Amino acid sequence: MSRPKVTIDGNEAAAFVAHKINEVIAIYPITPSSPMGEWSDQWSSEGQPNIWGTIPSVMEMQSEAGAAGALHGALQAGSLATTFTSAQGLLLMIPNMYKIAGELTPTVIHVAARAIATHALSIFGDHQDVMAVRQTGFGLIASNSVQEVMDFALISQAASLEARIPFVHFFDGFRTSHEVAKVEQLTADDLKAMIDDGLVRAHRQRGMTPDRPVLRGTAQNPDVYFQSREAVEAYYRACPTIVQNVMDKFAKLTGRQYHLFDYCGAPDAKHVLIVMGSGAEAVQEAVEYLNAHGENVGLLKVHLYRPFAVEQFIQALPTSVERVAVLDRTKEPGSIGEPLYLDVVTALGESQRNVQVTGGRYGLSSKEFTPAMVKAVYDELKKASPKNHFTIGIKDDVTHTSLDFDPEYSTEDPGTVRALFYGLGADGTVGANKNSIKIIGEETEHFAQGYFVYDSKKSGSVTVSHLRFGPKPIHSSYLISRANFVACHQFVFLDRLDMLDAAEPGATFLLNSPYGPDTVWNHLPRSVQQQMIRKKLRFYVVDAYEIAKQTGMGSRINTVMQTCFFAISGVLPRQEAIDHIKASIKKTYGKRGEAVVQKNFAAVDHTLAHLHEVEVPAEVSSEFDVRPAVPKQAPEFVQDVIAPMISGKGDLLPVSAMPVDGTFPTATAQWEKRNIALEIPVWDEKLCIQCGKCVLVCPHAVIRAKIYDSDKLAGSPETFKTAPARWREFKELKYTLQVAPEDCTGCGLCIEACPVKDKTEVKRRAINMHDQLSLRETEARNWDFFLNLPELDRTLLNTGQVKDVQILQPLFEFSGACTGCGETPYVKLVTQLFGDRAVIANATGCSSIYGGNLPTTPYTVNGEGRGPTWNNSLFEDNAEFGLGLRLSVDKQTEYARELVRKLAPEIGDELAAAIFNADQSKEKGILEQRERVAALKKKLEAMSSPDARALLTVADMLVKKSVWIFGGDGWAYDIGYGGLDHVLASGRNVNILVLDTEVYSNTGGQMSKATPKGAVAKFAAGGKSTAKKDLAMLATTYGNVYVARVAMGAGDMHTLKAFVEAEAHDGPSLIIAYSHCIAHGYDMVHGLEQQKNAVTSGHWVLFRYNPELAKSGKNPFVLDSKAPTLPLEKYIYNETRYSMLRHSKPEAAQRLLEEAQAEVHERWKLYEARAAQNGAAEPKPAAEPQPAKETPHA
Amino acid sequence: MPDLSTRYLGLKLKNPLVASAGPFTRELDNVRRLEDVGASAIVFHSLFEEQINLEANELDRQLSPNEGFAEAQSYLPELAAYNIGPEGYVEHLYKAKRSVGIPVIGSLNGVSAGGWIRYAKLIEEAGADALELNIYYLPVSLSVDSAQVEKMQADLVAEVKNSVRIPVAVKLGPYFSAIPNVMKRLDQAGADGLVLFNRFYQPDFDLENLEVVPNLSLSDSRELLMRLHWVAILYGNVKADLAVTGGVHTAADVIKSMMAGARVAMMTSAPLRYGIGHFASVRSKLVEWMLDHEYQSIAEMQGSMSLRSVPDPEAFERANYMRVLSGYTLKSATR
Repeated sequence: MSRPKVTIDGNEAAAFVAHKINEVIAIYPITPSSPMGEWSDQWSSEGQPNIWGTIPSVMEMQSEAGAAGALHGALQAGSLATTFTSAQGLLLMIPNMYKIAGELTPTVIHVAARAIATHALSIFGDHQDVMAVRQTGFGLIASNSVQEVMDFALISQAASLEARIPFVHFFDGFRTSHEVAKVEQLTADDLKAMIDDGLVRAHRQRGMTPDRPVLRGTAQNPDVYFQSREAVEAYYRACPTIVQNVMDKFAKLTGRQYHLFDYCGAPDAKHVLIVMGSGAEAVQEAVEYLNAHGENVGLLKVHLYRPFAVEQFIQALPTSVERVAVLDRTKEPGSIGEPLYLDVVTALGESQRNVQVTGGRYGLSSKEFTPAMVKAVYDELKKASPKNHFTIGIKDDVTHTSLDFDPEYSTEDPGTVRALFYGLGADGTVGANKNSIKIIGEETEHFAQGYFVYDSKKSGSVTVSHLRFGPKPIHSSYLISRANFVACHQFVFLDRLDMLDAAEPGATFLLNSPYGPDTVWNHLPRSVQQQMIRKKLRFYVVDAYEIAKQTGMGSRINTVMQTCFFAISGVLPRQEAIDHIKASIKKTYGKRGEAVVQKNFAAVDHTLAHLHEVEVPAEVSSEFDVRPAVPKQAPEFVQDVIAPMISGKGDLLPVSAMPVDGTFPTATAQWEKRNIALEIPVWDEKLCIQCGKCVLVCPHAVIRAKIYDSDKLAGSPETFKTAPARWREFKELKYTLQVAPEDCTGCGLCIEACPVKDKTEVKRRAINMHDQLSLRETEARNWDFFLNLPELDRTLLNTGQVKDVQILQPLFEFSGACTGCGETPYVKLVTQLFGDRAVIANATGCSSIYGGNLPTTPYTVNGEGRGPTWNNSLFEDNAEFGLGLRLSVDKQTEYARELVRKLAPEIGDELAAAIFNADQSKEKGILEQRERVAALKKKLEAMSSPDARALLTVADMLVKKSVWIFGGDGWAYDIGYGGLDHVLASGRNVNILVLDTEVYSNTGGQMSKATPKGAVAKFAAGGKSTAKKDLAMLATTYGNVYVARVAMGAGDMHTLKAFVEAEAHDGPSLIIAYSHCIAHGYDMVHGLEQQKNAVTSGHWVLFRYNPELAKSGKNPFVLDSKAPTLPLEKYIYNETRYSMLRHSKPEAAQRLLEEAQAEVHERWKLYEARAAQNGAAEPKPAAEPQPAKETPHA
Repeated sequence: MPDLSTRYLGLKLKNPLVASAGPFTRELDNVRRLEDVGASAIVFHSLFEEQINLEANELDRQLSPNEGFAEAQSYLPELAAYNIGPEGYVEHLYKAKRSVGIPVIGSLNGVSAGGWIRYAKLIEEAGADALELNIYYLPVSLSVDSAQVEKMQADLVAEVKNSVRIPVAVKLGPYFSAIPNVMKRLDQAGADGLVLFNRFYQPDFDLENLEVVPNLSLSDSRELLMRLHWVAILYGNVKADLAVTGGVHTAADVIKSMMAGARVAMMTSAPLRYGIGHFASVRSKLVEWMLDHEYQSIAEMQGSMSLRSVPDPEAFERANYMRVLSGYTLKSATR
């Protein structure tokens, strides 16, 4: 039978099969498994049926725990059901997994295996998550490659139906889930042949129905629980044979024979590696190479890990084997060894096979695992006493577990083309390369593989595409370190990335260059020139941006560079390649409109004339070189640890360089100068009215203001600008608005926020964008000078005024958030107002990623070394985590007060009383308390009593702390809602900031319960059909919770007021902040305007609910919006998330719009009525006696 | 009952009241209603190539986001189709044509030579009885002279004429230094109708926000006079049928248009202001006037006050201000 060859990634392969052989699919987004849910939702929304002709029902849940519950229910009612997940998601499913397995329910959970959050979160691949469910009773089946993912998705389902054991089908996150490879696609006939309808009927028959009533989920007692538990054993014993039979049946059908344990290598090997997952591919490549070069080694790939089939395992291992090394992609601290190792030891022991076993760890969090490392393990096995419990791939200089390996060792096939492409996330490089791989995979006989390395930053992100293709099957499950083609799609990368390091001698180097073939050489850094000469590289240049500009492609150079790649690489005859590129353009962009197709065609047609080969000179001529990652004055830790990470050399850092408990210093983002803006704002001091709006909205804290004495200007750089301060109380002082040129992302929000227009030329504002390159050096000097100007005494400022807030030092700066991010201005504001005493709990999501993704940290400190302290616990528990922080702070404060009371005679009654009765409601009071505490600590240091020593550890808690709980709508509305609700109900003094982007932004735009009706999102491809949850209104029902709904772009003073009031409220506060987001589909420069539209259309009604007002008899609900004046459509159709539905399904869009508009009116009526209510209580009589002040004396 | 029928673009129309391109036709119900209230033909709202291109490029931009972050290579799902492009318009036109018995005239505003022809063919295929080219070209370049602009427009008409079989009318603005010559060249290029004149958006200034704001006010009868003037001059000098659009609000306006030499008078602003039913009201007043004044047919009055038919053609030929300043003198002088 002929089957189509498709070039897809592992997630699509799994979803393709799962969607065809299931009826109910419960989904929830988590990286890297989210695309499986997205595909399923998309296919169902397009009406694609399963093999029985019905469209699977796809339901997004509020968490993976919810997805597992829904899965359990769907299975119990007799449907074929599945779900997809990774990492923490799988952990959340554990309770249900026990249930599903305990009830012998056939199903398959497809898992893109990923690291678990321990000392740090990691989205990358290893087996920690699947190893954490090996005890649940689920079977575990590992796929090692994209083809295997497709095959095992089917094999596991077929086996599960027969064995009644549910399975986790897993493959390595990113390495396999995101690797694009050419695979043979299974047909509907294959699926039908493998899925036995009789077994489906049997499953259906076991389903719950009142027509055949049964009862499951009994509570059992000591008398029978144990026996019941053992009753399943026979099924587990039968399972391996069933799986093998299914594999055999599959082999007959497709020709691909799998075994529970697949052995490859020398039949008489003495040394064998045992491994599962994508690492097995690299081992296979190494084994083939080693054996071809005189070695005699083998590899045992584990496919069925649970139930562990000892008999089949022993049979699969050649009798010649004397030593095995078992590689685990996980770590179990404190164990004798990792799980696969222990299983192998036990299996061999029970079988009395005399084989020496060593175990080692590799590849955690997608750490590279290469044939060089494999060779090191085989070499170790040759030693008289091979190291056990080793690690490979890192340098462990602490407990010395690591094996050395030779990074130069390579088993790459010379017949395979290995191409590396360095691009920007925004320039379309990755998309173009995925496209190229598809063309090569589907239009040639070549095998093809694409893997993509992304950035930890969301703006200015660098991407590296690794493409392999050639006549032989590709097992290289590792990055390309020897490329015969290197393309640099961004000229600016040359002086910050060592991209030619991976170029092998004679390789081709393609450079997108604004300089032509005659002049480019002298613009290359010295080390780049050296490598080009030394490695005898062939060199091509193209001015892709110029072609893109001429052809209307803007900054998308993907098509131009793709055309160059095909033209140079010669993988296809030139014209044929161009025809395929054009066909692919038509296929990819056709539905977006003819104009899009034509401009891409034009880009293809214009490219070749501008592609030039450059003769590489024999001599190095440049005097400049690659810039250091961080400046010399950076602190030691930044130099030693952070800088290598910035330069892409983090893999070389040894274990000893790492903090042992995940603790990293803050204030490190300032050292990473990314220079990603093409244009930066420039201040016009004559026009500026010093309102501070630009400073407030800047997402990256790169535009700042200071007021200072003019004598501080001594020694200022020549171009440093200053103006008389426009403050009545500071009119003698100077004012400067300064931009950090190397940290700005060029979003332009500041320009949009500027209320000033030049009367002689209205396009000019008080800040205007100018080319960054020409300003970089002078403005960098100005910035340094500016930073050294003193900060103004905070107590002199009115924190209720935007104008004054601009002067407050932000303690959150230069984050990796998207250009024009709508969330970070709120985060920054918190740090300006309360940062020096803020304790922050941050839910997983965008804010935890731009807040805490290495290499650098944006939270920073003020001149006294104070600043926010920050932690990300999990996604689901953030409110509770924050409450825990509060409880801890409160407890320590209480303890400190108890000790002050106790020690008052020794520390002095006056000081003790002052500390005790301090009014810390204002900045001034807090400053004074700090001074008192400093005095207290000084006294305590001279005291030796246990109480004094104890007080010293908690004395700082006597200064008011501000506990903040940050997270997005996915957390607050969905996965964390239960906890959030509980924390609101707790009455404790926490401040919850919900950065509401109305979608799961961090994982790529999946629907949340904050997504508005009519908006398209992933998991809501047909437009969300239900209204957004009114979380703010729900919170008001508690009565004692301060609630505010804000939108900075619609009311900056309102926002400010809400933050100040929330913090002042001695109880729970909830601020829901409208955060424009790239997931909304419009240019973020208009973010503030869209916020205004959201408010004037009535979609986002501003209000504050302040329980303090109720105490004085007033209505606590203050409506801060005016009645809607803008029709909803004028707001929503500025955004692609809405307009794409209008294009795609106009009738549905119209219906949803009308419903949403009606709901706006209804909601407004409700709000108006609430605001019109009288106060909750009568004012208390003024003469009511006040409680006496506490005294420190007992 | 007088004979209200007229011929326009080779189509026999039951009366000269045609709905000009405007927002009504976006709704199928309105299309039907226009027929019910007596419009004799409907010019569909324009298909704007530029808008299609803008929408396509914007959608493409938004669906091609930053793909540099590992957790999110996109932020919106790909939908099966977006109906970006002329398909939606064409389908709507097709449905509209099938839902009424009166002629439906497609309207097109292109930006590229390829676009004009491609979309003209699509409109023809959708079943339009004729096509109106809505030439809305603002020559902002200092290096393009009027001869180039005029040639470009005449060439365009010739190209479109060569690529479709349905009649082609040309609607354009009044800002030419030699209108008769321009019209003659369009006539020679094969235009079957000349629609005088387009009304352009005239951006206004928002003084509070110092912003340029788009502005389009509805026409009124005063704007008719310029149309009458040029139709009267052109009548009999071009083969193409003449149509008046802009400023037709009352039966009197229709009658004047006919007398100047137009085959049809087109309305949008008036029914937008008074409701679609305004067509019926104008039509009945037209009949009433004709009965009162004993006109037997529209044909009878068409061109009756054109330049070649009036006793004082100088009235059309002299500048308006001269009439205003010394109208009576001039009148006496021509006697």
